[in-house]
Amino acid sequence: MNTQAEKNTASLIELRDITKVYGTGQATMHALRGIDLSIDRGDFVAMMGPSGSGKSTCMNILGCLDVPSAGQYLFENVDVGLLSRNQRALLRRNYIGFVFQGFNLLARTSALENVELPLIYRGIPAAERHTRAGEALAQVGLSGWEAHAPGELSGGQQQRVAIARAIVTEPEILLADEPTGNLDTARSMEIMELLTRFNQEHNITIVIVTHEQEMAAFAHRVVHFRDGLVDDNTPHRELN
Amino acid sequence: MLWDALLLALREIRRNIMRSALTMLGIVIGVASVIIMVNLGSGATLQVSRQISTLGSNMLMVRSGQRLGFGQRSAAKAFDMNDVDAITRDIRGIAAAAPSAAQSLVAIYGNRNWSTTITGTNNNYFAVANWTLAKGREFSTSELRSGAAVCILGNTVRKELFGNQNPLGEKIRLNKMTCQIIGLFAPKGQSVGGRDQDDLVIIPLRTLWRRIAGKQEVQMIYVSAKDGVSTNKVKRDIELLMRERRRISPTEDDDFNVRDMKEIAAALTGTTQILTTLLGAVAAVSLLVGGIGIMNIMLVSVTERTREIGIRLAIGALEREVLLQFLVEAVVLSSLGGIIGISLAVATSYGLASLLQMPAVFDPGIMLLAFLFSAAVGVIFGYFPARKAARLDPIEALRYE
Repeated sequence: MNTQAEKNTASLIELRDITKVYGTGQATMHALRGIDLSIDRGDFVAMMGPSGSGKSTCMNILGCLDVPSAGQYLFENVDVGLLSRNQRALLRRNYIGFVFQGFNLLARTSALENVELPLIYRGIPAAERHTRAGEALAQVGLSGWEAHAPGELSGGQQQRVAIARAIVTEPEILLADEPTGNLDTARSMEIMELLTRFNQEHNITIVIVTHEQEMAAFAHRVVHFRDGLVDDNTPHRELN
Repeated sequence: MLWDALLLALREIRRNIMRSALTMLGIVIGVASVIIMVNLGSGATLQVSRQISTLGSNMLMVRSGQRLGFGQRSAAKAFDMNDVDAITRDIRGIAAAAPSAAQSLVAIYGNRNWSTTITGTNNNYFAVANWTLAKGREFSTSELRSGAAVCILGNTVRKELFGNQNPLGEKIRLNKMTCQIIGLFAPKGQSVGGRDQDDLVIIPLRTLWRRIAGKQEVQMIYVSAKDGVSTNKVKRDIELLMRERRRISPTEDDDFNVRDMKEIAAALTGTTQILTTLLGAVAAVSLLVGGIGIMNIMLVSVTERTREIGIRLAIGALEREVLLQFLVEAVVLSSLGGIIGISLAVATSYGLASLLQMPAVFDPGIMLLAFLFSAAVGVIFGYFPARKAARLDPIEALRYE
């Protein structure tokens, strides 16, 4: 065990034999049937697979939004299975950024306030919050749109606000569940280029779920899901 | 942390200005209606008790004839001065007794005239019926004995005949009699029944007998009991005495009646208290309806709020931080609504009270109760759906439809 733990220190994320079961009795649904997956720091991973193959479930477990039924999840060598609900919330707060398919911005709230939100929960003082949120919006190319509410922004702009909200805390890992699912190809490309830039320039580990081969092509490697299992033929990208 | 929660809550209130306004409206209406109704009810009760106090406390009225119903009485032999003397002499616990007889007629001064009631009595009447002189003097003994042409005016008669002129020493005509004004009563206002108590002219009883009525009858005897003496006992003693004097056999009913003002007062006070309770009950219903309004708005917005809670949880908010924010929001909205409701109620109560010429009364207990109830409804229905949502897994909250 010892040697194995040492061997895994390089991995940011380590999933070991993760299963997820929804429902009981007749209605039992096996979403994940034993997943092994490791993701290194600085990696850019795309998860692909048909609907119901378990990729979104896996994503939610990675993001500590959901807990596995069995198996072990190590985040920076910490066993997430042993963490309480509040500790998992703190892990999300301090290490993880999310981008959702449906954007999930607060309605009737300005772009700046949306981006500020995670900083409020981190207890950052107001002046610094404003500066950092403004910078994050500038990084996604939305300078001048600070005061606009989501209803006044296009889909691509909303997703960029969501990305700004995810990276404003400078997370270890950014998880994006079909970030381009609601966007046309041109907007989708912009979003993927943005993600690639954060991966390269800020060394943020990125995991995306996508249906589209073109989007997956931006990633270093692709993990294929089928019937709750990983069909992982792609070699790890060699670091250094 | 509390400061951050307050900040988030205020943002949320401002962000959903319509929802916030509707929630507050429910509280405002609930709080205001209860307070206004109870205030008006208390004002009416106070007014009635004030009016009762102007009648003269401890007063009994002895009239000939039996009360048959509302304002009707059977004909019977009138009293005379011997009856008054007997009551004064034989009934213990009496402060004063005043004989009286009254007649309606027109009082004339110059080219003005006013139809009013002329009452003949003596000086005891003032104390018994609770009249005080604003100006002038009472009757002198010789005026009473000789039946002099002097009179004391109530405020309404003074106003109608003299306006702003000083009537003291002036002479008015009552039928064929010219009589000099020697005094003016301080105004009492309306009676409980809505009758103008100040519409009266008082002259010596003997003057009425000789110059106006033409017969020597005592129609009514006003009696006041001493302080601390049971008016009920005085009433029974008078009844026994009068039965004896009027030779009524034990099998016969009284051919006179004695009315105790305390009984009337108690009945009236009871009525207004029932009225206040009724108003309070109506108001309680409106508070309940207001509460349901608050509840609906809170519950309707639960879908949007559940998704919002999901977002907050996903980006790392702790359950207790989310709950604190929603609790603060509910408390701020409810308190603000309560304060506006109380202000509105106070202003409206003043306005209505002056419109209805009633005293404005404020019951702090009711204000507090109405406020607490609405606030509780607001907090409970703002907080508990939020708590349910905050306990969901973030991913479930995000998918909530």
